[in-house]
Amino acid sequence: MTQSFRLENVGLINKDKKLSFKFNGKTYYGYEGDTLASALIANGVHLVGRSFKYHRPRGFFGAGVDEPYAVVQLYRNGETEPNIKATEQELFEGLEATSVNCWPSVNFDIGAINNFFRIFLHAGFYYKTFMWPKSFWYKVYEPFIRKAAGFGVVSTKHDKERYEHKYEYCDLLIVGSGPSGLASAYAAAKNGARVILAEDKPRFGGTLLTSEVNIGNQSGKEWAEGIIAELKEMPNVTVKNRSQVFGYYDHNMLVMSERISDHLPKTKKFHPKQRLWYIRAKEVLISSGSIERPIVFGNNDTPGVILSSAAKEYLKVYGVLVGRNPLIFTNNDSGYETAIEFKKNGVDPIILDTRKDPQSEIVDEAKNLGINIKFSYVVVAAQGYKKVKSADVAKISDDKEQLGAVENIKCDCICVSGFWTPTIHLASQSGNKTKFNEDIDAFVSGTSKQNEITLGAANGTYTLDETLKSSFETGHELSKKITNNDNKISFPNVVEKKSTTHDKFWCVPLPEGKNYKRFLDFQNDVAVSDVEIALKEGYRSIEHVKRYTTLGMATDQGKTSNLNGLQLVSSIENKIVPAVGHTTFRPPYTPVSIGAIVGREVGKHSKPTRKSPMHSWHEKNNAVFVDAGVWLRPRYYKQGNENLFEGSKREAKNVRTNVGVCDVTTLGKIDIKGPDVAELLNRVYTNAWLKLPVGKARYGVMLREDGIVMDDGTTTRISENHYHMTTTTAQAANVLSHLEYYLQLVWPELNVNVVSTTEQWAGAAIAGPKSRDLLQKLFPNSDVSNEGLPFMGYMEGDLFGVKARIFRISFSGELAYEVNVESDNGNFMWKKIMEIGEEFKVQPYGTEALSTLRIEMGHVAGSELDGRTIPYDNSLEGLLSKKKDFIGKRSLNREAFIAEDRQKVVGVVPLDKKTSIPEGSHLVKDSNAPLPNPKLGYISASCWSVEHDNPFSLAILKDGKNMIGEKLFAMSPLKNKVIPVEIISSHYVDPKGERVRS
Amino acid sequence: MLHIKCPHCGIRSQNEFSYGGDATVKRPELNKEISDQDWNNFVYNRKSLRGKHLELWQHLSGCRQWIKVERDTATHEIFNTLKANEDIS
Ligand SMILES: [Zn+2]
Repeated sequence: MTQSFRLENVGLINKDKKLSFKFNGKTYYGYEGDTLASALIANGVHLVGRSFKYHRPRGFFGAGVDEPYAVVQLYRNGETEPNIKATEQELFEGLEATSVNCWPSVNFDIGAINNFFRIFLHAGFYYKTFMWPKSFWYKVYEPFIRKAAGFGVVSTKHDKERYEHKYEYCDLLIVGSGPSGLASAYAAAKNGARVILAEDKPRFGGTLLTSEVNIGNQSGKEWAEGIIAELKEMPNVTVKNRSQVFGYYDHNMLVMSERISDHLPKTKKFHPKQRLWYIRAKEVLISSGSIERPIVFGNNDTPGVILSSAAKEYLKVYGVLVGRNPLIFTNNDSGYETAIEFKKNGVDPIILDTRKDPQSEIVDEAKNLGINIKFSYVVVAAQGYKKVKSADVAKISDDKEQLGAVENIKCDCICVSGFWTPTIHLASQSGNKTKFNEDIDAFVSGTSKQNEITLGAANGTYTLDETLKSSFETGHELSKKITNNDNKISFPNVVEKKSTTHDKFWCVPLPEGKNYKRFLDFQNDVAVSDVEIALKEGYRSIEHVKRYTTLGMATDQGKTSNLNGLQLVSSIENKIVPAVGHTTFRPPYTPVSIGAIVGREVGKHSKPTRKSPMHSWHEKNNAVFVDAGVWLRPRYYKQGNENLFEGSKREAKNVRTNVGVCDVTTLGKIDIKGPDVAELLNRVYTNAWLKLPVGKARYGVMLREDGIVMDDGTTTRISENHYHMTTTTAQAANVLSHLEYYLQLVWPELNVNVVSTTEQWAGAAIAGPKSRDLLQKLFPNSDVSNEGLPFMGYMEGDLFGVKARIFRISFSGELAYEVNVESDNGNFMWKKIMEIGEEFKVQPYGTEALSTLRIEMGHVAGSELDGRTIPYDNSLEGLLSKKKDFIGKRSLNREAFIAEDRQKVVGVVPLDKKTSIPEGSHLVKDSNAPLPNPKLGYISASCWSVEHDNPFSLAILKDGKNMIGEKLFAMSPLKNKVIPVEIISSHYVDPKGERVRS
Repeated sequence: MLHIKCPHCGIRSQNEFSYGGDATVKRPELNKEISDQDWNNFVYNRKSLRGKHLELWQHLSGCRQWIKVERDTATHEIFNTLKANEDIS
């Protein structure tokens, strides 16, 4: 197909480089520098999609970020991406795209039947209809909507592209590189400020690229190019194109997404696809320009109805005609600029101006060029289904209420201009109290909350001279404040055409007997009638009208629809627009890819991985790892074809009969020093700590102030003023913060220092009846006998030249020790234990065996200390000192905590001694009771007792102390199991605790 | 993301800090009689202020000091930051 709408010698694209691309399976050609939109229009393609609700044919409406229709599914380098605006996507060789929102094809769309049933699909339809019956939602509505709606398909494949994050600081962040952005950036940069200039489009210059203006004897475009070239050379300036500042957050932090590779067929090696910038700016200048707003008329969504400024941009930037028979429909002078460009390129436009007799240079120029202008005329309705074929037009009375006789004019596009809406999104996001400007019928920024200033068209300043003056001035003043420099630059001479005022006309009345759809929101298919219904049904707040009708809620966030929506509400309600107020602007200004937000934190990089110094040994010895927080811990060491159950049982059994060794490096370790440590511990733990001798360890429980158990562990007195605290793996960080809190804020008089030493020490637990024999061989020069190193004793030893700390503590309930060496020696220690332990049949054991051992001993751990239980619940009430106060003690008197039938930890065995009880099962009295079956308790942890060779569980059970011997049912609806069980003591092995002391 | 001036380290981003709640709450003294109501107020009852709020933050990924921050809960404006042992004059 030929590019029949391409002009010969017009445009900023590279006609030496022809590119081929596919749209809906058909091959077309365009040029380097095109967008997908401009290339399609050059090929005469205007039907690109179907509308969201009614599936009406849709074309192009804008030429950039404001585009509501031309959202496509993009295919690039074997990947696919939804929700891409054809007006923003730059063309590359081999680009493929398809329409969305249509099925089976854009030309024949089954969903368009909605258009004929639209009576049912008016405002609030979703609310009214889809709410009930509930079963209909899943079976009928939801699948139907899924098929018919949406803006594309998300790829289910892993995204191989790389996305990066960058943090940056600057004096001035300038958003937009139009006249105000360039002028302020230039002034500030020349004055020594650190400047970031961000442009959303590939080309810098904004409207200077398309305006017929003259700055300092250069065209606007030449001037812009000169400034940019100079800025790029300055070391204090960062200039970024393809970069959208989309969010303005607290304390002047802005987020910008830079599209680095989206315009290339393939991302270059070692390059990211996109980069997300977090920018802290001392000052922000918002020079984001303005967006032309449409005038509302019948069938104004027909392909070929396009913003007048977009038509001009397609012509001047891309050398593309949106039509050969254009009708310009305007209420201001901007439409004339487009008409003049058409005329200059040999195309005869017709202008319909709603104004009666505007007087300005530009109107005179159009008249002089012989352009056909009809004053006091409006477009009543566009005619044509898949493309504009003609327009019904009529004269309109001076009060804009009465239409004259409807005439039909042949045309192939309608370029519409309803004046300009400043882009105040960022200012509004920053907390700026925007105000309504009567002169331009739009909101502009008002009182700033943060350090931001809005300039140029974004501030409602529509003359170049004024814009440049204020921008040079602002750039200079702000930079002077920061750098204290005062380098002024001379102000260039500006030549531009003078415009006159616009007509505050925004919506064409319906002619008698006609019921045309007049759209406000083109992406969400919200028409004038929908808003009228919402108001009739009693919605008043603009926020409610928005949600009820979905006006402005689509992916374009109402960039072209918001103000007309407000105009409509205010005219029906007889209020002025500022009294209605605009809805809140929230980030992002434009859709941002999830990849850019996530950055490099994907897969294994989504969190850090902590490994013990012995990790490589575990790997070599077939450890199967499990995540314990961010730690990787061996779950069991697989032998042959063993599964988890078999392996962990073997390992646990070996601990009970011989000796096992477990990597306990992950336990939190806190080094505590100072003369007042004992006093601190005495306040933090529930039991007494003032008399712990040097060389002894003690088990302790700490509470939160609300009486709930926070953590447990042992603390050892290494020397007079030096203690070593251990915490559970999960609570290590919290316990440290907890201690710091009390030391720094509550009891600063205590002379104590705490520091985490978790990573400084490698730990090995050696447990089992033969553990002392093994220990003696590891430390032949130390007396590790029951007398030399009694239960809860501590000593330092020499492990073949390596200094070691030996603690006689036990988690397994067996005779056990914990040996710590400095991390660098961890592997050495582990290998020595394995080597010397061979004669005692030592085996490593993982977390699964560790759990088994502690569960059958009745030791509570994380699954019982789950942030909902008090000491009594865990049978730890013996550790509550009656003599002293401690954190959380006062809370333990609470009524529920001292109730007679308070929950308590118990042991549970299945009556058949065979069926394992799923963790989380509920304990109930009667398995057949009607639902909801009263829950007496829940299974907190389950194991296969290696001592008794049958299943055993721990449970937290109401009135647990009086339930021993009771028969209950453990029910797990998730696993579909009902298991008759007996409640027994939680101490299933060695209830008197003799082994640890042996 | 807030920008918080740690009195020990200088201006840092919010993600280095963790929030610690109302800084005006005083823990009751140990070993002292206290009514149920007063204890409940200490443990549970907090004002959810709109406006100026003196609150605790810990510079977790920095100096690990607990600091006091005077912040407007509605606007996020930070008026003042203090060391743990300092009070607003
Ligand atoms: Zn700090």
